[in-house]
Amino acid sequence: MFSRQKREQLIKLAFLSIACGSIIILGLIMFFLFYEGLPIFKHVSFKEFFLGTEWYPTSEPPSFGIFPLFIGSLLVTILSSLIAVPLGIMTAIYLAEIAGPKIRGIVKPVVELLAALPSVVIGFFGMVVVAPFLQEYFDLPTGLNVFNASLMLAFMSIPTICSISEDAIYSVPTELKEASLGLGATHLQTIVRVVLPASLSGISTAVILGMSRAIGETMVVLMVAGGAAMIPESVFDPVRPMPASIAAEMAEAPFRSDHYHALFAIGVVLFVFTLLFNMVADHIAHKHKQVGAATL
Amino acid sequence: MKRKLFLFMAVIASLLLTVSAWAGSIQIKGSTTVLPVAQKIAEQFMKEFPDISISISGGGSGNGIKALIDGTTDIADSSRFIKDKEIKLAVSKGRYPVPFAVAYDCIVPVVHPSNPVSNLTLEQLKAIYTGRVKNWKDVGGEDRRIVVISRDTSSGTYEVWEKKVLKGARVYAGAQLQASNGAVAQVVAKNKYAIGYLGIGYLNKDIKVVKVNGVTGTPATALDGSFPIARSLFMFTQGWPKGDVAKFIRYVLHPQKGQKLVREVGFVPLY
Repeated sequence: MFSRQKREQLIKLAFLSIACGSIIILGLIMFFLFYEGLPIFKHVSFKEFFLGTEWYPTSEPPSFGIFPLFIGSLLVTILSSLIAVPLGIMTAIYLAEIAGPKIRGIVKPVVELLAALPSVVIGFFGMVVVAPFLQEYFDLPTGLNVFNASLMLAFMSIPTICSISEDAIYSVPTELKEASLGLGATHLQTIVRVVLPASLSGISTAVILGMSRAIGETMVVLMVAGGAAMIPESVFDPVRPMPASIAAEMAEAPFRSDHYHALFAIGVVLFVFTLLFNMVADHIAHKHKQVGAATL
Repeated sequence: MKRKLFLFMAVIASLLLTVSAWAGSIQIKGSTTVLPVAQKIAEQFMKEFPDISISISGGGSGNGIKALIDGTTDIADSSRFIKDKEIKLAVSKGRYPVPFAVAYDCIVPVVHPSNPVSNLTLEQLKAIYTGRVKNWKDVGGEDRRIVVISRDTSSGTYEVWEKKVLKGARVYAGAQLQASNGAVAQVVAKNKYAIGYLGIGYLNKDIKVVKVNGVTGTPATALDGSFPIARSLFMFTQGWPKGDVAKFIRYVLHPQKGQKLVREVGFVPLY
C-alpha cells in the first residue's frame, strides 16, 4: 500500500503525536494546578502561607499556615528514607551479587510483589496492627504517629528502591569485577569499591523515586500519621502531612472557595518538591554516568 | 464474541439513554452524613415510582447548598442549617432555598471501654477539645494523658461539634483529625487513652458512650431535646417543591415510608 519509507514516516509521526499529546496533557494539569492554587495568595501573603503555624481553613476568620503540614511531610519522608534506603540497597546488593540464582529467583519476584500491595492495605495494617503494638511496647499515648507512618512508607518504598538498584547493580559490566578480582581484591572490596560506584547513577535514581513515593503517598499518611496539624516535638507525636490534608479536606471544600484554592496551593508545593527531587536525581545520574567499561 | 460485545454496547447505550431521556428525574447532592438516608429512600421510591429516576451524589453540605444556589441540583442534602452568607447569595440570584428537616442525629462522645469516665459536662468537653485539660484525672479518670480525636475541620459533624461544644473556639492543634466517622470509631476502639465523637449511627460494642451533662445520647433524648449535642439533617429544595420533587419530599416525610427507612439506616426519625 505505502512504500517502506512512507510507512516509516507514518510510524514516526504516530509516535510524535502520542508524545506531544502526553506532554500537552501534563502541561494542562500543571497549568490548572497553578491556576487554582495561586488565587489564595490574594488573601494570604506568601510568608503567612509558608511560615504560618496555624491551619484552620474553616474557622472564622480562617488561618492558612501550612508550616506544620510541611514539617510533617518532611519529617515522615526523611525518617522513612533513613529506614528504606539502607535496607533497599543492601537487599539489592545481596540479590545481585551474593545470592545464588535459586534464591534470587524466589526473592526478587517476592520483593516486586510487595510493590504491588495497595496502599490502603498497608495503611489498614498500620492502623490495626502496628499502632496498638507501638502504643503498648513504647507506652505511648497514641500509636498513630510519625514513626508508624515512616515505617509504613518505608515498607512501601523498599521494593521500588530495591528493584531499581538491583537492576543497576546487576548491569555493571563483568570486566570491571573481573579486573578488580584479578588485582587481588576480595569480593566485599569489589562490591564496595567497584560495583557500588559504578552503579551509583541507577541507585540514586532508585532512592529519589522511593522518596518521591513517600512524599506523595496519601492513603497511608491519612490513615496512620494521626492527623494533628501541629509541629511535632518527637517522632512519636502525630503529624498531618500535606497529602493527608488535601485528601481529608478536598471533598468538603466548596468549589473555588479560599479553602479550595489553599488545598490546590498545597498541591503546587508538593509538585514543586517532587520536581526538585527529580531534578536532583537527574543531576546525579548525569554526573556519575557510566559511559563505558573503562570509566571509573 | 461479537454478539457479546454488541450486547454490552446495547446495555451501555440504554443506560445512557435512560438517564438523559427519562421524563421524571431528580438530582440530589450534598452531605455525606445524609447520603445513606437519601440513597435508601431513593431506592424504595424508585421501586414504587419506576418512571422517576433519582441520581444522588455526596460531596459535603457546603457543596450541596452551593449546587442548589447555582441551580445544578433539585435537592441539597445538608447536615447543618443553611448559613446567612448562603441565603444572601441565593436570594441575590433569585433562588429561595426551602428547608425540610428529614431526620435527627445526635453526636455522642465516645471513649475506650476500659476508661472509667462515664459522664462529662459540656464545659469539660470544651476544655478537653481546646487543649486546656490534658489529663484524664482532671475530669475524674485515671492519671493518663488524653488523646483527643476529632473529625477533620471540613466535615459537617465537626461543624456541629464546634458550634455546640467548642462554642466557636478553635479545636486544639494537637487533636488527631480523622477523615471519617468509621476511622474515629476504629481509633477509639484501639486506644485506651482516646476520646472521640460519633454520629449515633456509627456506635458499636467496642467503644463506650459517655453521657453529656448526665444525659445519654439516644433517639429519645435527641427527640425531646434533653441531649445537648443533637442536630437535624436537612434536605433543601429550590423554592417550594413541585411535581416529582414534591412527591419525593412527601415520601421522605411519610411516617410509614421514608421515616421507617431513616430508622433502618440508624438515624432518628422525626416521629
